[in-house]
Amino acid sequence: MTEAVREVRAVRGRPGAPGGSRRPSTAPRPSATRLLWALPPVALLALVFLYPLALVVQQSFQPDTGGTSVQPYADVFASEAFREALWTTVWLALGSTAGCLVLGFALALVIAFVPFPGARAVSRFIDVFLSFPSFLITLALLFIYGTVGMANGLWTDVTGAAEGPFQFLTTPWGVLLAEITYFTPFVMRPLLAAFSQLDTAQLEAASSLGARAPRIIRQVVLPEALPALAAGGSLVLVLCLNEFGIVLFTGAKGVTTLPMLVYGKAILESDYPGACVVAVVNVLISVGLYGLYRVVSRRAGA
Amino acid sequence: MLVHSRKAKWAVWALFLLLFVPLFALPLLVVLGASFATNWSSVLPSGLTAANYQAATRGEALQALTTSLVTAVTASLLALAAGTWAALAAAALGKRHRKVMDALFVLPVAVPSVVVGLAILVAFSQPPMLLNGTRWIVIIAHTVLVTAFAHQSVSAAITRLDPAYEQAAASLGARPAHVLFRVKLPLLLPSLTAAAGLCFALSMGELSATMMLYPPDWTPLPVLIYASTDRGALFTGSAIAVVLMAATLLVLFAVSRIRTRASYR
Repeated sequence: MTEAVREVRAVRGRPGAPGGSRRPSTAPRPSATRLLWALPPVALLALVFLYPLALVVQQSFQPDTGGTSVQPYADVFASEAFREALWTTVWLALGSTAGCLVLGFALALVIAFVPFPGARAVSRFIDVFLSFPSFLITLALLFIYGTVGMANGLWTDVTGAAEGPFQFLTTPWGVLLAEITYFTPFVMRPLLAAFSQLDTAQLEAASSLGARAPRIIRQVVLPEALPALAAGGSLVLVLCLNEFGIVLFTGAKGVTTLPMLVYGKAILESDYPGACVVAVVNVLISVGLYGLYRVVSRRAGA
Repeated sequence: MLVHSRKAKWAVWALFLLLFVPLFALPLLVVLGASFATNWSSVLPSGLTAANYQAATRGEALQALTTSLVTAVTASLLALAAGTWAALAAAALGKRHRKVMDALFVLPVAVPSVVVGLAILVAFSQPPMLLNGTRWIVIIAHTVLVTAFAHQSVSAAITRLDPAYEQAAASLGARPAHVLFRVKLPLLLPSLTAAAGLCFALSMGELSATMMLYPPDWTPLPVLIYASTDRGALFTGSAIAVVLMAATLLVLFAVSRIRTRASYR
């Protein structure tokens, strides 16, 4: 008993030991038992996620005509619809990410460094915003910029014209606006966390030495924010690549992204091998980027 | 701090409001406004009515609400159990094994939810496990999608946990099960409830995988909202969307009450 207590003391007293590293003070269970305890959740995951995913890969090599071949891949890669969807997905995701980064950085700067009464309420509102589904934004945009919505209604009331000038909702620009709106908070959250750890004395010092706001932002704030920007940006990039609800609700025939193509091929056309091929391509892009995100955010300590 | 002159401060705030209000506050207000209207062809909606809510709280819509709630609660509880178990088991492993396990459980975040839906559809339409057409296929898909988030937040909390508590308990002779249930889980309770809230909110709003899988007799709210707007009933759709938001916020609020009581312990 006393030895045990002494051992705990020794562990607690060791500098740097608590926190991250976990030193078992009791008789350590053999590692085989620990692996056994990890087995049930992994087996469950394998059953409901990994095995289905493997089936998708398998089916992507099995054309409807039977046998195993790369024919589905050749068919899909040759189709105009796939190439266009791939391009739309990539540029929409890149554009949305860039927009989210700029907007999120600007808004987070104001909340953190030019605080106003109610700034806390705004950051709480952002948390609430994150808990709503994405398609609500597209639904709302229909009332704001839709053919008979707020903006066009204002225009026709004021000018007496038959229809308003805002007709972009069913184009990729409508999707871009919705994605920037929905995903900007995903950039702001890590940024606000990073800004709260920034010592404001640095800003005061730079300012008292004569630096103006743009210079302080560029030379003091931006270097501190880079890891959070990188982490938030790559998360948003992956989420935009995978976004489905916003595009579905837009209902635009002209905007087809990879997830929409998967849905269309599988549910509307019942072309499962084709859907599986698109799915494999989409997974490869997203998982590759997400892996990159994990590496970046771990390096950033986020 | 950054801007010193009063005038510049007001200019920055005005710019902030100009960006923030139309982009983030207006969408939610607009959905709320539309849910009480029958027509919107001018600046403000017209034809004030509560009929949309009558439609949104009975029959099909009421059934969709219960469907969503049952799905979200079941999926969150399953995900919380699986995610916590995985996080606790992973924390006890060596560094290499832990990394593999973390990567495995984070994978569903990176894989597009539509593909998760497709994969589950492909796997559970075949004889060994024939679940296609039942409610379980929707619940399984939701569980897979939210388990990753549960696992992430619980394992983040475990790394912040001071190991001294469990070591002290164990050194005083507590069995591993006792340490787990009387020391570790109570300490983790705040992050467990936070994870439960997150899982619930995500599952309530899940559309992509659900669109691939839902059987006709198990239609969650997001699918019903899509069906209404797709056939042009935008105002009924907004009323259902407000019901969805209200239900999500109510549950999140209830969950956060649990959290504040637990963190005093």
